[in-house]
Amino acid sequence: MSTLPEDGLVAIVKRDCPTCVLTAPVLGELARRAGITVYSQDDPGFPDTVPGPQSDLGLDLSHRLKIEVVPTLIRLENGREVARTYGWDRGEWERLSGLTGLGRDLPESRPGCGAKNLEPGVLERLKVRFNETGLKSRRIELGGDEDEQEAMFGRGWSDGLPLVPPTEERVLRMLDGTSRDPQEVIGLVPPALAAATVEKIAINAVMAGCKPEYLPVVLAAVEAVLDQSFAMHGVLATTQFAGPVVIVNGVVRRRIGMNAKGNALGQGNRANSSIGRALQLVIRNIGEGRPQEVDRATLGNPGKLGYCFAEDEEGSCWEPLSVERGLQPGVSAVTVFAGFGLQGVIDQKSRDPESLSRSMAESLKAIQSVKLAPACDAILVVCPEHERTFRAAGWSKARLYEELYRLCEIPGEELIAGARGIAEGGPASLAGRTVNKFRPGGLLIVRAGGGAGMFSGIIGGWSSGARGSIPVTREVKP
Amino acid sequence: MTVLLDPTSERSPTVRARLPRPESLDGLVIGLLDIAKARGDVFLDRLEERLSERGLAVKRYAKPTNARPAPLPLQQQIATEVNLVIEGLSD
Repeated sequence: MSTLPEDGLVAIVKRDCPTCVLTAPVLGELARRAGITVYSQDDPGFPDTVPGPQSDLGLDLSHRLKIEVVPTLIRLENGREVARTYGWDRGEWERLSGLTGLGRDLPESRPGCGAKNLEPGVLERLKVRFNETGLKSRRIELGGDEDEQEAMFGRGWSDGLPLVPPTEERVLRMLDGTSRDPQEVIGLVPPALAAATVEKIAINAVMAGCKPEYLPVVLAAVEAVLDQSFAMHGVLATTQFAGPVVIVNGVVRRRIGMNAKGNALGQGNRANSSIGRALQLVIRNIGEGRPQEVDRATLGNPGKLGYCFAEDEEGSCWEPLSVERGLQPGVSAVTVFAGFGLQGVIDQKSRDPESLSRSMAESLKAIQSVKLAPACDAILVVCPEHERTFRAAGWSKARLYEELYRLCEIPGEELIAGARGIAEGGPASLAGRTVNKFRPGGLLIVRAGGGAGMFSGIIGGWSSGARGSIPVTREVKP
Repeated sequence: MTVLLDPTSERSPTVRARLPRPESLDGLVIGLLDIAKARGDVFLDRLEERLSERGLAVKRYAKPTNARPAPLPLQQQIATEVNLVIEGLSD
């Protein structure tokens, strides 16, 4: 590591900076007239105007001096910094050096360039080297010949797919995505009821493949599933198919490039895929919720790798889900839902809203079992070509909700055990009554999907209401 | 050397624990693996006799050479057929 002189002038420069190149003759002049130690960040031979420029290729000294701009000129007295200036400014350089007439051929001033020690990737590396990360998590040292992926699989961290190794540098960069304190506890993750700090969530977000700007969405999703009303322990432990489905609204969707259009619920978009995956890794690693352990799912569903998509607010004539649930338009939010996979609603012939809503209602009534009502909550993902039919007829979202609830009233006789030749069903006392497939508020309508295709989707859910999971909406905070 | 940050609740040690030793051999299928070292078979023959006398189920396996790890198909076969393995490391 470079050692500073006790007294005199010190400059930090890099050849890659035009202002440093411009000031090279002045540095030579200072070397002759006053003496100066020049440290170069990128080229140990630069500047050749001074005898023996020092190398700071490792950037240790620059980091220690907290250099932000090159050139930086510093005056030291008795080992202490007494003055500093950066960029080229004749007046300042003359004040610091006590000399006059410096750089007569140069303009009066010229701004400097960004210091190399602050470049992305470099700063994190230096913080790790100087033990300044503030990260509290246990460090796990891998053997020199140990394969990173195998080491992570071996420790049970993976959902079955490769992970991004959570190095200190990557986790530091991830934490740049939020202004929240890394040690803030977002909640206790079941089943272990272990504390999910922002730092622990960031580690899992790194592994899931998130970019730092996704982290606020991941944090909001974790916060939402840990709300008591979501009943995360039950969602995890059930033998049913459920896993948390995350729907994203507001400006953050476009800022982080989420997909709300073609294949919105499918693969291929980094934000959609990795945010949902990060949430599941938090449950797995912090909460210790693993399949065939506390996760008792009989079949599960492919969305348990991660199930996250954005609503197509711009393409919709309806208010977004988050607004319907009480937030201001444009405010970024997540809504979590304990959902199954996806059941298609194919209707290519309905051209009026009455027919289309009947078609959707019949599909909705089949969720879980045609013999069960009220069954569970459900999300109806309305595709653009279906929404067009409602839009053309002037149906608001409220109107569609109203019609669907009405159409999902089922005669009790049909639901009795044994009725229709199916043993599944309810008690004989259902006779003469009408039962709705959904509890009030148990149906959520979201708009997403590509422009072509009359194919909406239904995401059925786990037990709902006070005895199960209630969808939770949370604002995404920076 | 790669250093990773622990993504877990840190309630278990960083070094992976070995599987616990069975408390009893009753009902378990025991594999005897000859790694192809000299006289390993003599040792394993005797073990097989002793285990069989106790009414325990024993299966025999052999590596083609002691100079290399067991071929993957053999590893998979052993892992799916027995509950524990005893290797003969004699020489």
